[in-house]
Amino acid sequence: MKRFSVPILLVVLLTTLMGLAWFEVIDLYIQTIVLFMGINIITSTSLNLVNGNMGEFSCGHAGFIAVGAYVSSILSVALFTKSRAFGAPLLPPELAAYGFPLVLIIGGLAAALTGLLVALPSFRTRDDYLAIITIAANYIIISTIINIDTIGGARGFMGMKRVIFAMEKCAEIPWMILWVFIFMVISVIIIRRYMSSTYGKGVEAIRQDEVAAEIMSVNTNRIKLVTFMISSGLAGVAGGLYAHTVGYVNPKSFDLLKSTEALVMVYLGGMGSISGSIIAAVVFTLMLELLRPLQIIKWVAIPLLLIIIMQFRPEGIMGHRELSDIFPRLKKFYKFK
Amino acid sequence: MTLLEIKDLTQLFSGLCAVSELNLSLGESELIGLIGPNGAGKTTVFNLASGFYQPTHGEIIFQGRNLAGLKPHQVSALGIARTFQNIRLWKEMSVLDNILVAQHFQLGYGLGGLFFRTPRYLKRERDIRHKALELLEIFKIDKFADEKPGNLPYGMQRKVEIVRALSSGPKLLLLDEPAAGLQSTDVTELITLIQWVYDQFNLSIWMIEHQMKVVMSLCSRIAVIDFGRLIASGTPSEIQNSPEVIKAYLGDDQL
Repeated sequence: MKRFSVPILLVVLLTTLMGLAWFEVIDLYIQTIVLFMGINIITSTSLNLVNGNMGEFSCGHAGFIAVGAYVSSILSVALFTKSRAFGAPLLPPELAAYGFPLVLIIGGLAAALTGLLVALPSFRTRDDYLAIITIAANYIIISTIINIDTIGGARGFMGMKRVIFAMEKCAEIPWMILWVFIFMVISVIIIRRYMSSTYGKGVEAIRQDEVAAEIMSVNTNRIKLVTFMISSGLAGVAGGLYAHTVGYVNPKSFDLLKSTEALVMVYLGGMGSISGSIIAAVVFTLMLELLRPLQIIKWVAIPLLLIIIMQFRPEGIMGHRELSDIFPRLKKFYKFK
Repeated sequence: MTLLEIKDLTQLFSGLCAVSELNLSLGESELIGLIGPNGAGKTTVFNLASGFYQPTHGEIIFQGRNLAGLKPHQVSALGIARTFQNIRLWKEMSVLDNILVAQHFQLGYGLGGLFFRTPRYLKRERDIRHKALELLEIFKIDKFADEKPGNLPYGMQRKVEIVRALSSGPKLLLLDEPAAGLQSTDVTELITLIQWVYDQFNLSIWMIEHQMKVVMSLCSRIAVIDFGRLIASGTPSEIQNSPEVIKAYLGDDQL
């Protein structure tokens, strides 16, 4: 029973969400918020891997989200829809439903590769320097996108809604809820499995004492690269999901503000805590929506919140613990490894 | 049979000569000491031997293999383990996890195995864990397996660090001032522990130590360095009476 409680819970949650959307109990606005929650969970848990578990300070997460968003959008639009930029679809649009996860994964791989390119030179440095380099990488990625005219440049890139329509021709179900949910669960499982293995514990060792880790046979350089690639790859998947949820991407939406959002979620949730990042992503997405009437003043309120967190609860909501550490009794009901 | 051979080892730190033309060899199953006044370059020698620094000149040969160009993690995979002067356990990980991470050189699975939980991965993880628990049991610290090292008394932390170093099955164990900061009762316990490790595990031990009680009762041979230079080497009683050593520690009586 313990083994199955989490899968059962997840299936129930997914079917409820899809049922509610299917019967139009929840409107598109609420659906979008739910989708953003799922996407933000991927964003925050993946950034947490580098900033929380490994103790590096990456500030350019949005750059990798952008790479994933653009690569998967361009691919899916070119492959499954008729578009002005790429002409007739390269594959029959009926394949969209099957091709979409592959496109997302390719977007993630592209982001992971970009992550490798950023990490190779920058992991010679630490702390503030790494933060500056990752910010620079974020802007390099955005500038590159702005200067490629075929993909819309500064005007942005659109047409992803037609991919969703193509999928709906296959079967009329709320596809995005399904994909966001599946990829969110996979991301969390990947991170959880990585961090609970002896290999992944090397990441924690690096944060606590890098010299000792290297001398105790941990290949610190390689493990740092691998961790950074996993983190940026998952960010790329989140980007692909974001692009297809919104149906339109613009380089401006992946600037430092987006990276800051990811950072706020990680610090709100608690460094190195997967459940903390998940809770923070849900809370933060809700908060963003509630504060929407404030418009630009929102960006006074959110940093203020960050300052307040740092002042009164610097370890975040969970602070390097998981839900099962705080409520040990939960362990009786579920097993998630 | 020599296990470790140090030939003409020299280490310069931008002009400062920390170790100079050091020649030393260590046989299999030997327990030797390295002593010298503060700043003599003892820890630098250990840092060189564990691959943390690359020597300016000279070479270090371990089991017939030159260590030049190897990263510390590669050196430790060859069979040199060490402890640190100021304990460097991973303080926020459990004692068991500390031991597990030191097995990184022999994980025997890849990332694919890790993410898909292949039988091989599960078996390796089980074996590593089993071995670590066994080792903790041998040293009678299995009751602390889930404890964070930061919560343990200082002497116990020392012990955990030695166990962590041993967990990789080294051929050579470098102990950097194991008795530093210990109370005298703990020191006696430490001497018994090191002697026991030396008898039980088939390895050589090389230690830096200031407390003469430890060095004199354990080491069969002692090397003394001062200003990075080997000034004497021999049995404990020879060292005790060596005028060079007395001069290095107490100074010259002529002004």
